[in-house]
Amino acid sequence: MEEIVYIVHPIVVTLVGAALGAVYFAFLRWQTQVGSLNASLVVGAIAGAIGATMLTAPLGYCMFQDGQSDEDVIVGWIMVTLGLLLTLNIGSVILWRYFRGQRLLPRGDTTPGAFRGRFGFVYAMAVLSPTILVLIYFVYLPMLDTLRFSTFLARFGAPRTRFICVSNFSRMLGDLDYHSNLFLSFALSFGIIIIAMSLALLIASMLNQPIRGANIYRTLLIWPYAISPIVAGSIFGLLLGTESGIVNRVLDLAFGVKVPWLVTVPAAQVSVVLASVWNVIGFNILFYTAGLQTIPKDLLESASIDGASAWQRFARITFPLLSPFTFFLIVTNTIYAFFDTFGLIFVLTRGGPTESTFTAMYRVYVTGILASDIGKSTAQSLILFLIVVGITIFQFRVGQRRVQYGNY
Amino acid sequence: MTESASSRFVFDPSANRQRPLWRRLIPQRWYAHLILIISVAVITFPMFYALLISTQSNPEVYNHKFTPGSKFFDNLHTVMVQRNMGRFMLNSFVIALSIAVGKTVMSVLAGLGLVYFRYPGKWIVFGFVLITLIMPGDVLLIALYRRVVSFDGWPHPYVALTLPLLASATGVFIFRQHFMTMPPDLSEAAQLDGASPIQFLFQVLIPLSWNTIGALMVIMFLFGWNQFLWPLILLRDQNLQVVQWGMQSLTQNLEVGDNFGPMMMGVIITSLPPMIVFLILQRQFMKGFALTRDK
Repeated sequence: MEEIVYIVHPIVVTLVGAALGAVYFAFLRWQTQVGSLNASLVVGAIAGAIGATMLTAPLGYCMFQDGQSDEDVIVGWIMVTLGLLLTLNIGSVILWRYFRGQRLLPRGDTTPGAFRGRFGFVYAMAVLSPTILVLIYFVYLPMLDTLRFSTFLARFGAPRTRFICVSNFSRMLGDLDYHSNLFLSFALSFGIIIIAMSLALLIASMLNQPIRGANIYRTLLIWPYAISPIVAGSIFGLLLGTESGIVNRVLDLAFGVKVPWLVTVPAAQVSVVLASVWNVIGFNILFYTAGLQTIPKDLLESASIDGASAWQRFARITFPLLSPFTFFLIVTNTIYAFFDTFGLIFVLTRGGPTESTFTAMYRVYVTGILASDIGKSTAQSLILFLIVVGITIFQFRVGQRRVQYGNY
Repeated sequence: MTESASSRFVFDPSANRQRPLWRRLIPQRWYAHLILIISVAVITFPMFYALLISTQSNPEVYNHKFTPGSKFFDNLHTVMVQRNMGRFMLNSFVIALSIAVGKTVMSVLAGLGLVYFRYPGKWIVFGFVLITLIMPGDVLLIALYRRVVSFDGWPHPYVALTLPLLASATGVFIFRQHFMTMPPDLSEAAQLDGASPIQFLFQVLIPLSWNTIGALMVIMFLFGWNQFLWPLILLRDQNLQVVQWGMQSLTQNLEVGDNFGPMMMGVIITSLPPMIVFLILQRQFMKGFALTRDK
């Protein structure tokens, strides 16, 4: 039997994780001054060891074996980092709940008015089973498939697959095209969030004024919510056509210029942002209108009596109290920019010119469906998954803190 | 429309004094009206322009005529018959309705199971459902596609298309929250009357939940109607394709022939059903999200 030679030995990986976990938990112990130091060190070391190995061990530490490229080793360390982030965060929450004497698990059942009888569980499972079965078969198992295929060389139509460790990921490190796809997705989310959310907040604030016809205005403003990205892309394809488009007609009459919107590089990306903003603004107005109605009127009244100007009332009261809605909209608009813009781009620019409007999701479609490369496209899907997880955590951590700050 | 200004806070120190004539002629908060009118104009303009173009021929489009053109019925015929959009709309209607009804029924049932029964580990079941929010269908697209096509016993391609979309973490979450706000006396009284949980669901819970059901049905119908990527890769037979696919096929080869009119006709007929659903169920939709003022 041949001895496997490691560039970085699994024991080293485990020890590094354990050491980092112990140091981090000791730091938390020093910061909070709650609980015992020894317990922090031990639990931190265990959580760190689990975190460092939970993503690398299932692959047999293949990325740390002799013969792997430097990129593979880097991906290995990234996996160690991700695992550590997960276990250290969860572990610290659980341990400090224990230290503070809080419940470790949510209360099993406090529902008043539940049906009595011995068959509660059977009955509940019967009504829950359609949802649970569909989720297992069409969400959880495909998720596991995605994890598995991302380490494979596999193609649609080809029966044979081969395990290639983390090559699908390590090749991304040097894939400049993919970097620009990811960058475009982030830039698009940023543009949509800045423009569509600030405009929506302005419009919703106006809708919230005591004016005549507010309901009619609202109906006329939120209907783009019902419009599909494909339709939004089609309409903007007409509006922004170089010769046929009304936008260039107006620009031509006013300034004597015609912008080739859809076929030159910065203009095509601007076109995608404009069409997306139009597509999501109704949704944003809808939720900001709902949010503004949750703000207690007497609070604004007393601030007004104390001499606060309209701007001060907005900046000090309205906007902080709206923060749960703002965070919700940041998350949904980011999801829209990453995933739902696919159809819009599909008709507006087809990803062109020269792949300049390829988002990361468009790349998944091109790699996985058009080029049939299952391994590479599931690896790209996992990057998108990490981004979704990231913004969800962002919403929970940042969002909750701000909500507590403005907890009226 | 009931606009009860007295119930709302209006801070106007000059309210009691006689206001000058020019102040009475322009409406109060004219700036709000101004901003809203501009917003309405900008937001509705693309759709009105599409409606205008849908009546025109290509020469009329390139001349930027702002009057209805001569080709309304020609364009309608081209889109509905030649380009098969009538068929695609019917297909999408079947798919969207199945998804809306299926998701709502399954979410109501799951909500019942998560609120009205006592059993250990309920939070695990809820967490199991809720955590799928971080696994959107687009992330799973490739693996789901492979899983669905590797099974060839589907009775109809639409079963393969809709079944994976039927579970809804959002729907379960919304109904769980909604049921938890219901007074517990309801189910206590129902139990005293000897009602089974299913009788309680049909005779008490559902009649009290129409706003939430309506709101969720709107969202899920729009979700089904706007499906594009999943049908695009899954459906082999073009006659089974969905309306969004038909819409994108109208945008191909734009520079050839009389294309803008049919394309915008496609935009109008693709958008009409979701907008009608949205307008009809708007009150339920708004109430389901606590959006109306007098709630």
